[in-house]
Amino acid sequence: MSFPLLTSIVFLPLAGAVLLLLVGGRDGERDDLVRRLALGVSLAVFLLTLVLWAGFDPASAEYQFQEDHEWIPRFGIAYHLGVDGISLFLVVLTGFLTPLALLGSWASVKTKVAAFSFFMLALESAMLGVFVSIDLFLFYVFWDAMLIPMYFLIGVWGYDRRVYAAVKFILYTMAGSVLMLVAILALAYLHSEATGAYSFDLEALFALTIAPETQVWLFLAFAVAFAIKVPLFPFHTWLPDAHVEAPTAGSVILAGVLLKMGTYGLLRFAFPLFPEAAAIFAPYLAGLAVIGIVYGALVAMVQPDLKKLVAYSSVSHLGFVVLGICAMNPQGVEGAIYQMLNHGVSTGALFLIVGMLSERRHTRLIAEFGGLKKVMPRLSAAFLVITLSSIALPGLNGFVGEFLILMGAFLWSPRFAAVAASGVILSAVYMLWMFQRVNYGPVTNEKNQHLADLSARELWVLVPTIVMAVVMGVLPGPFLAPMAPSVDRVIERVDRGRSAVVSERLGQTPLPASPASKDTEETGSDPVSPEPES
Amino acid sequence: MNNLAAVIPILIVTLSAIAAMLAEAFREPGERIPIGLGLIGLVGAILASAFLWDRQATAFGVVQADNFALFVNIVLCVVGILTILLSDGVIEREELPAGEYYALTLFGVAGMMLMGSATDLLVIFLALEVFSLSVYVLTGLRRSSAAGAEASFKYFLLGAFSSAFFLYGIAFTFAVTGSTRLAQVGPAIAAQAMNPSILLLLAVGLLMVGFAFKVSAVPFHMWTPDAYQGAPTVVTGFMSTAVKAAAFAAFVRVFLSAFEPLSTSWIPLLWWIALATMILGAVVGVVQSNVKRMLAYSSIAHAGYILVGLIAGGQNGKAAVLFYLATYAVTNLGAFGVVAVLATRDRAHDELADFTGLWHRRPMLAGLMTVFLLSLGGFPPTAGFIAKWYVFSAAVQADEYALAIVGVLTSVVSVFYYLRIVVMMYMTDKPAEAPATPRLHPAATTAFALAALVVFYLGVLPTGLLDLAGDSVITIF
Repeated sequence: MSFPLLTSIVFLPLAGAVLLLLVGGRDGERDDLVRRLALGVSLAVFLLTLVLWAGFDPASAEYQFQEDHEWIPRFGIAYHLGVDGISLFLVVLTGFLTPLALLGSWASVKTKVAAFSFFMLALESAMLGVFVSIDLFLFYVFWDAMLIPMYFLIGVWGYDRRVYAAVKFILYTMAGSVLMLVAILALAYLHSEATGAYSFDLEALFALTIAPETQVWLFLAFAVAFAIKVPLFPFHTWLPDAHVEAPTAGSVILAGVLLKMGTYGLLRFAFPLFPEAAAIFAPYLAGLAVIGIVYGALVAMVQPDLKKLVAYSSVSHLGFVVLGICAMNPQGVEGAIYQMLNHGVSTGALFLIVGMLSERRHTRLIAEFGGLKKVMPRLSAAFLVITLSSIALPGLNGFVGEFLILMGAFLWSPRFAAVAASGVILSAVYMLWMFQRVNYGPVTNEKNQHLADLSARELWVLVPTIVMAVVMGVLPGPFLAPMAPSVDRVIERVDRGRSAVVSERLGQTPLPASPASKDTEETGSDPVSPEPES
Repeated sequence: MNNLAAVIPILIVTLSAIAAMLAEAFREPGERIPIGLGLIGLVGAILASAFLWDRQATAFGVVQADNFALFVNIVLCVVGILTILLSDGVIEREELPAGEYYALTLFGVAGMMLMGSATDLLVIFLALEVFSLSVYVLTGLRRSSAAGAEASFKYFLLGAFSSAFFLYGIAFTFAVTGSTRLAQVGPAIAAQAMNPSILLLLAVGLLMVGFAFKVSAVPFHMWTPDAYQGAPTVVTGFMSTAVKAAAFAAFVRVFLSAFEPLSTSWIPLLWWIALATMILGAVVGVVQSNVKRMLAYSSIAHAGYILVGLIAGGQNGKAAVLFYLATYAVTNLGAFGVVAVLATRDRAHDELADFTGLWHRRPMLAGLMTVFLLSLGGFPPTAGFIAKWYVFSAAVQADEYALAIVGVLTSVVSVFYYLRIVVMMYMTDKPAEAPATPRLHPAATTAFALAALVVFYLGVLPTGLLDLAGDSVITIF
């Protein structure tokens, strides 16, 4: 038996978290040790994720580093882990952001440090588990378990309206995911109807042929759960509250990793499991995504609060990701995954920067700042790079993702692409305007006169994100290459599912899915699987 | 001799109850003999039940120690053990009569075990009365408390009514089928299942009312919040778990064996009861400001989830009921246990506001409470999640999608009030003057450790108990 690398990655943070509870003294006299330990554990996890990346075979579309053990054999539930090109980088991203978030809250979290670090590491375990589970039951366990540490992080260490935000976050997300649970149960039941045995294994469930009417319901249950998580307009209302009230580390993880679980879920589960329903709903999803892109950008523009601005920009950015997934072609999907990583890096960094500002000034209002470039040149420089990365300047990471998505979307439906492209311009407007108001001009506010520039620790927090923004902007190849085979496999699976169902219903050969025929989406009719004539 | 084997576990507990009662007369103040005797009896009963596993012992034709009964026996004994461990300390502090308390608890457990094993309607009634009387008295054990007396009296009056309903149900069943033994009632009912007489339908309805009262299903739940709030908290924990387990065991045995042929008649009725129970328990719990009352509504909601398993029926439904009962018992007892140990002599400390900043004062207790509440709310990786998953999985398998969907949505609603307690404990500032909470008794510590361990163990590695529950229902139906 080979070394269980994925299990180690998933459970090392949890083991560290439990250790912290034992180490953490009663009155915080060992806080420094706790901080160091937590950071050490998260760095070790990051190293392991790098080992995973190094050992990953980019040419294969299969799940790699698989571990498959019986868990609840009575119901065909297995402890089945694996990574493919879709989840690999999300695992690495999680490993990358957690130490930064911990380091970023080194000074701002002063109370109950042991508990804070415990929840951060427990959260990391659950997030990693979500990305590497191939068994739907296991996936759901991690998916739901993740809510608890996040709830505590927001509710205990957050800002003024933290309790409201925490409760709203958990109830919103749960309401969506419990319906998905029923859908998962229904899937397992369908599998037992078809084969005589329960199974929650993704690969086994892919083999099922599900009636289109059933697919519609199941897809909706999955899609709502993921849409709330993304969050897709109009399910996004929990996000600004959660983001604004969460402590810096919470916002970083929330924006950097948690939101991606929604898009990851759409791509990994909702689309390939229910291809025909996905074909029916893709235009609607894309429509909501495009509305989200524009709406998020417009609302971000008028925000007086830095954190709220970044939060609404997430709604806009994630809209791009969903659009790319809906396009379901290599460019769109690879762009979507790439954009998930970009958003994790750049928005994570933005939240870190906002955290540093609010640590110094105890305010996040844009109007309170101005002229920071003169006082804090290093912070301004970092801020600038990240801002440009967020608005997709060529040469930085955001460009690659958005370009691919827009290309994919254009091949699929030029109208969506056209509207979405306006989001690129709008993002430049709100981000640059915000940047200008915060950093340029004279130092109008007396309180900003003597702000300290970035400390060595803060440099260590920001430099990795800047390096990543540049590397991913200049050298997308090493990131895109491992994705390609897995992405192709998903697309092929979705196409095959669609054409199989179509041909079954029409009693003829599969329709060719040419891009030209996909122009009628906005009317709601579906080009890939037309309704039967009879 | 073989006849007696089936009742040995019940006999052991009964004997230990008598011994505990006698020992009280000779006890020096401060000695804990009744506790020891009770624990010996309950552990002995568990061992005896384990020994009888798979042996299908029957006694006198009316008590059957099949695996189903033994599973319930073990759950009840575990509840008994945890209750006794938690009570040590609380009983002394509140100056409740220790001897009576332990003896009544043990008699109650014995009656409940009989309830789970009985295969004759009259014996089921007998068992029902045995444990009900114990619980009525336990509810009013604090004689000086007006709330306790009110709770006990309400519970007793309404309980007496429901017993009457139940007895009428038995009488009508006897009138139609000529027997009270389930083994003979079943075929007689099956013979006229196609065209049941009014009398038979009435019998089914009356029996259902009797059971619905005991498991506190809507609309027969009225006594629950008052009784739960008024009773001493350790007793509330005991009756919210053990009574429910025993009543559901008999409910399943009667309705899914002898009365199964009539299921087309009673399932529609029970379907609405389950729906109303889940919704009311979840929604009304939201507005409670007293934690015990809140947990009372939570237990109503949980009764609804268990009813879903019963309606789903089949091997999975029955096994899901058993699994749910086991996990719910341990979890809920733990939650009430935390409330119980927070009480001081002069005040119960069971208002929501009393939990303010508990994390700062008593981190361990707050942590335990959180674990139990999360399990009640059905979060992984706790036992409560697996239990809910199993019940709803059975519902989906039985095509009861509506019940499953209402079930999961109401559990989100109930999460809201579980989280209200968590918010109080963690997310509000330390109160200026923190009430001095008493130190945790070692016995209580053991009980909490056990309960929390079980909650996590069953949440992560449920296979053993799932298989056991699955095997338990094969043997009888």
